[in-house]
This record gives sequence, C-alpha cells and structure tokens, in this order.
Amino acid sequence: MPGKIGLILAIPLFFALPWLGIGAYWNGVLNMVGLYAILALSLNVILGHAGMFHMGHAAFFAIGSYAAAILNTRYGWPIFATLPVAGAAAGLAAILVAAPIIHLRGDYLLMVTIGIVEIVRIALVNDVLGLTGGPNGIVGVGRPVLFGWRLTRPEHFFLLIWGTVGLSMLLFNRLEDSRFGRALKYIREDATAAEGMGVDTVRYKLAAFGIGAVWAGFAGVIYASQMRTISPASFSYWESVLLFMIVILGGSGNQWGVLLGSFLVIGLPELFRGLQDTRLLFFGAALMAMMIFRPQGLLPPRRRDYPLPERWGGKYR
Amino acid sequence: MILLSLKNLVKSFGGLAAVAGVSLEVNRGDVVGLIGPNGAGKTTVFNLVTGAIPPDDGNIFFDGRNLAGLAPHQIVRLGLARTYQTIRLFPKISVLENVLCGCHCRMRSGVLSSFFRLPAQRREERSALDRAMEELEFVGIADKRRLAAGGLAYGDQRRLEIARALASEPKLLVLDEPAGGMNEQETMELRGLIAAILARDITVMLIEHDIGFVMRVSNRLAVMENGALIAEGPPGEIRRDPRVIEAYLGVDD
Repeated sequence: MPGKIGLILAIPLFFALPWLGIGAYWNGVLNMVGLYAILALSLNVILGHAGMFHMGHAAFFAIGSYAAAILNTRYGWPIFATLPVAGAAAGLAAILVAAPIIHLRGDYLLMVTIGIVEIVRIALVNDVLGLTGGPNGIVGVGRPVLFGWRLTRPEHFFLLIWGTVGLSMLLFNRLEDSRFGRALKYIREDATAAEGMGVDTVRYKLAAFGIGAVWAGFAGVIYASQMRTISPASFSYWESVLLFMIVILGGSGNQWGVLLGSFLVIGLPELFRGLQDTRLLFFGAALMAMMIFRPQGLLPPRRRDYPLPERWGGKYR
Repeated sequence: MILLSLKNLVKSFGGLAAVAGVSLEVNRGDVVGLIGPNGAGKTTVFNLVTGAIPPDDGNIFFDGRNLAGLAPHQIVRLGLARTYQTIRLFPKISVLENVLCGCHCRMRSGVLSSFFRLPAQRREERSALDRAMEELEFVGIADKRRLAAGGLAYGDQRRLEIARALASEPKLLVLDEPAGGMNEQETMELRGLIAAILARDITVMLIEHDIGFVMRVSNRLAVMENGALIAEGPPGEIRRDPRVIEAYLGVDD
C-alpha cells in the first residue's frame, strides 16, 4: 500500500514538471522518453506478452506518422481526425506483412522483421505513390487541437504524450489481465501446448501484431504533429533496435519495467551528452553486463495472483 | 454409441510406417487403454487424433464429425482434450492460470471488452475462475493454486495437466501415460481420479505401460505393435491372447 500512496503523490508531481522550471531542453527529453514509452508499451504486447521477436516496430510507427502527415498536409484533415486512419493503416499493414511469417520462431522472425522496417524506410525514401516526399519527407504538419485547445508548446505535448502513456498502461494492463492477454502468455511459454489446449495461436499472434502496430500508428500521429516535419531518417532500423532494447532491458512483459527501460535507454544518454560518442561504448557494456547477470530484465513480470469468487474465499469484484 | 472412430489411419515418418492402417472405435463411457511395446505407434495415434500431426491417409470421426484438416485448437473446442507424455505445463505461471488455459476455448471475450472491462467480460472471467478452481479441487490441488506450475511435485504436475484438460469441458479425455513416473500411492489415487472422470460422463482413452494399472482401469484394451493394431477387446481376453503375449514376452523358437 505505501507504494500506491507514493504513486498517487508522484503522478501529479510528474505531470507538473514542465511548470517547475525544468527548461525547454529537459521538457523535450521527457517528451521523447514518453513517446518511446508509448511505442515500447505497444511493442511489449508483441515481444513481451506474446514472446515474438519483432525488431521492426519503427515500420508501423512510420506508417502511422506518414498517414497523419499526408492526410493533414494534403487533405486538410485535423490531426486527431487522422488517428483512426493512421492506426488502422499501421494495424492493417502489420497483419498483412505478419501473416506469411507468423509461424517463424525466434531469430528467424527477428531477421524478417528487420527486413520489414528497411523496406518501409526505403519505400519512403523513394517517394512511394508520390505521397511521401522522398528523403526530405513531409513538412508543415499541423498542430493538434483538443477541444478547442491548440497544442503548440513542448509542455502541451508533455501532457498529451504522458497522458497517452498513462492511458496505454491502463488499457494494456487490462488486456494483460484478460482472456486475450493470457492467450498471449500461453503462446510465449509454449505455443504447441497452447494450441493443444484450445488457443488459436495463429490468430492471437496476428492480433498481437495488429494491436501493437495500431498503437505504434497512434504514436506516429503524435510524433508527426509534435515535430511538424517527418522524414524517413526518423524511422530507421536503429529506432527499432532501441525499442527492442527498452522492452528487453526493462523486463519484457512488465509495464513498469518498460517505462523504466524508456527512461534508461532514451533519457539516461542525455545526462552523458558531454561524453559524446564514448557514451555508446558504456551503453553497450552495460547492456552486455545486463544480459549476463540479469537476462530477465530489470523488472521482470511477476506471477499474477487472481482474486477468486467469494465461494472460494476470495473477493472477486 | 460411438464417440470416436479411427478408419484405416496411416502415418509414416521418412520410410518408417509409425501407424500402418489402424482402425478403432471408442464408445461413449469407455475407458480404452492403448498398450504395446515402445515404438509401437501409440503416441503417434494420439497425435493424429488430437490434430497435432496430420494423417497421411485415413479418417478420424469424433462425435459424428470428420476431423480432417482441423487445427488442434478446433478439435479441443469440439470436446477432445489431452495430456502429454512428457508433461507440457506452462512451468513459470501459476497453477490456477494454467487451468484457465483450458477454459479459454469456452470463453469469448475479445480485445475491446477487455479494454473497457464490460460487465459480460467480468462475468465470464468470474465463471472461468470458478470453473478452474472446481477442476483444481476435483484433482485435489486447489490449495496450490498460487504456486508456479513448474514447482509442483511430479504427481501434482500430472494432476494439473488433467485439470487443465478437464477445464476445456471435453467429451473425450486422452491421457498419454498418466501414471508415468508415479509411485504406487499416486497410481492408486489416479485410478480413483479416472473413475471420477468417468462418473462425469467423460470418456477416457489412455496410453499406459503399467500393465497392472491399465488392466484394472480400462474396460477395453487395444494392443499395438509395429504400427498395427494386433488385438482389441476386454482386458480378460487380451491377457490370454497369444499374439499379445508374443508381442510382450516373445516366444521360444
């Protein structure tokens, strides 16, 4: 319980940070951490819960981002109105590319998903369909308007991004604690046994991919409207690796671990800006040490305890 | 009434005919023991019946339906559940959550109803928890529901596998060496458990090497050797069948 009280106190304090004199730079860093957290939470459904090695998440982030930018700049859609389309485009793309590779296991799936992110990036560079603007990308994406409030400043985006992080954590926690989430867990533990016990493993794997991608598409919309300019360089293979790292390092399957991972992988290097490129060296060494001494991640998921119905002496609400 | 019928099943691995034309019928309310020396093809028959591998030839009818082309999860939904020869629980997750896996195919909640915690989803969760606890109590390990499945004693892991299979509300339960690795006490308790399963109107088919056990628990035996069924009938007849004696003990030349 003290943990819960601490959380109740910490959350408002955290949301007040931009007004407590942290400055525009650190506001920007926190926004970036939050954006990666949304992406990593969505990747966590695929990689953490279902245990599928997917290292191409930036592809779906890119699709959502470009869908929003194109609809906004070319057709004048308001940013938030592009959300359903951007999410659907990313989700649909994910299911289409995942369907033929879904049976692959472990490293094999990993290699193909790396291919996906490269194909998307190269397609964007080559101005596919004449809509994506080639290597320069799309400029002049509009600002989002929320109930008449136009989001322009970094602290506005701080609220939008971290509000979305909170919402994602709430929804994905509910998903994890459900028939759907359990199905993914069984698949992660032993896909053959899950299938043999009545879980439609192919369908659930695809659904996990779809949900993770829809969410990455949403994150893309926020990103496009915050940056106002998007280009293929923002959706490289390296972004996918960072997201993969966040989930594995933090503790795949545990949301708090993923959140911690976002701070460590995205936020921490900013503290060591002065060290320039050698910081990557330390970063690499730290990752290696992690994999040797704590391969399950910093905060691995705990065994879930179910509240029972009353007849079993429990308090199922 | 026939619940399961195998018609001329064939399955080869490479050049080896693991199952070479097996036909067998299982009536509702039966306990059918499938016996035979190692490598006779018993587990392959089970894998064919549960859809884990497709047959090269022949048909399987369950409850009036042809199982050809169905995925294992669809067969479970039709009411055919199994346990594995080498225990295949989800070792890192809790005992209760293992049993909930069996409930999965009788539930329908999807993503959206979970996101929004709709009343129907909560009711369904509640009754699944109820069901899972009933099955744990049925096999006698309800008090261990919080433990990781992999931490259970061997006999309890076997019981848990049975509970998980029962939670899928099967008409036919297929047990692959349920007494394997059990001590005498546990084997005796397993006999009681199988009788209780039968009392719930669930038909049982099992592979077992413990001949004493399988003779007592089954009302019919099917004997396999080299991929073929060499004898079939009540245990009393099988015990005296010269081909069975030969398969098990060999004969003097």
